[in-house]
Amino acid sequence: MSTPTLNPRLQEIADDFNAMSGKDRLQLLLEFSAELPALPDRYAEHHDLLEPVPECQSPLFLAVEVEPDATVHLFFEAPAEAPTTRGFASILHAGLDGLTADEVLATPGEFTSQLGLQDLVSPLRLRGMAAMLARIKRQVRDQRG
Amino acid sequence: MRLTVALPNDSAAKLQEYAHPEMIVTTDWVAEHLDDPGLVVAESDEDVLLYETGHIPGAVKLDWHTELNDPVTRDYVDGPGFARLMSDKGISRDTTLVLYGDRNNWWAAYALWVCSLFGHPDVRLMDGGRAKWIAEGRPLSTEEPKRPPTDYPVIDRDDSRIRAFQDQVLAHLGQPMIDVRSPGEYSGELLHMPDYPQEGALRGGHIPGARSVPWARAAAEDATFRPRAQLEAIYLGEAGLRPDDDVVVYCRIGERSSHTWFVLTHLLGFEHVRNYDGSWTEWGNTVRVPITRGDSP
Repeated sequence: MSTPTLNPRLQEIADDFNAMSGKDRLQLLLEFSAELPALPDRYAEHHDLLEPVPECQSPLFLAVEVEPDATVHLFFEAPAEAPTTRGFASILHAGLDGLTADEVLATPGEFTSQLGLQDLVSPLRLRGMAAMLARIKRQVRDQRG
Repeated sequence: MRLTVALPNDSAAKLQEYAHPEMIVTTDWVAEHLDDPGLVVAESDEDVLLYETGHIPGAVKLDWHTELNDPVTRDYVDGPGFARLMSDKGISRDTTLVLYGDRNNWWAAYALWVCSLFGHPDVRLMDGGRAKWIAEGRPLSTEEPKRPPTDYPVIDRDDSRIRAFQDQVLAHLGQPMIDVRSPGEYSGELLHMPDYPQEGALRGGHIPGARSVPWARAAAEDATFRPRAQLEAIYLGEAGLRPDDDVVVYCRIGERSSHTWFVLTHLLGFEHVRNYDGSWTEWGNTVRVPITRGDSP
C-alpha cells in the first residue's frame, strides 16, 4: 500500500513522531498541546464564529480563514484539561497554518494514522483529529467558493 | 473481607455513611498518607495526556486504553498480564491502591472494577478525583515516580461475581437492570453517546426492562459522590431497586457503568451487582436480541 504524500511540514511532524519510542511520542504530543496558540481577540470575544467539532471527545472549536491569495489560517480552542485534543489541534496548526488552500485540501484524510499513535491513543481520539481535518477542508472549500 | 489492611481507613464522617467506607478516601486522607510506604496512588483518566500535565506527587499512571485491555481480543488483561502491569507500577498484592482520575472518577472507577476482577485486596477510590484535588489547590507534579518492580502474583481473573456476559444478560431479562447512558441513548434517539459518534451501534434503544439512571447523577457538583441519603433516593426510590436485588448495569463499553457498579456495591451495599461490559456496543450490534425503544423500561 502506498502512503499518500504529505506536505513537507506535516511529513516532518510525522517523521518526528515515528522516530520516537511510544512514551516519547506522548511527550511530543504534550509539547504540541502546550504550543497551541491562543485565540486572537476577534474569536475569543465571539465564540459564535467558531465551529464546534463534536467528534472530539473533549470540547473543541475551530475557525478557518482563507485570504484572497488563498493562504489558509487556522484557529483552535480546546480546554487545558483536554491535552490530547489540544495536541491534535496543535499538530494541524503547525502542519497546515499558512499553507495555500490547495495544499491544505491535498492533505490525505489518513494523515492521522501516520503519526504512530494508534497504540497509544484510543481510536476514537484519532477519529476526532480526522474530523477536525475534514471540517477544516470543508471550510476551505466553502470559502474559496 | 480484607486479607491485609496496609493503611488505616479514612474516618471522615461523610464516608462512614456508606456501606463500605473502607473503599473510599478523601483528598485530605491522600494528602496525609502520600508518603506512607504501603500506599500507591494511581491516576486513571480519559485523556491519555492529562497525567503528564501534572498529577498527585508520586502517583503512577494507569491507562485504561493501553494497559487494562487486551490489545487484540475485546477483553481485559489476563492473570499474567495483570501481574506484569502491577509489578511495573510498583504495586504489590498487599499495597493499598488508591485510584483517582478525571470526569468524576469515571475511568478510575473502571480501573477499580478491573482490579476487583483480580481481587486486589485493598483498592480504594479518592472521592472527588482529580478535579477536587486541583480545586483545593493541592500540589501537582510532572515528575514520573520510579517504583521498583514487585513480585505481584499471577491471579486468575474472576469474571463470575461482578462481570456479566451477553448470554447471562439474556437469561437475566425481567430482573433488575440499570442503563446508565444518557436519556437520548436510552430511548434510541441516539446511536451513540453525545459527542462520541464513532462508538456507535446499528440499533438504538435499551435492553428490555432496564431502567434509566444516567451514571453522573451519582456525582455532586464538586465531583464527589452524593451523600448516601441522596443516592438512596435515586437508586432505591426512583429506580426502585432493593439492596438484595440481583442487578446488571451497562452503558456503551462498560466504563460508565463501572461507576454505577461502585455506587451500588460499595456505597449502598448491594451484594449482587454485575457490570455488563459488552454493553450497548455489543447488544445494539447483535442479531435478534430484544430491544426496547422509547423512554419507558
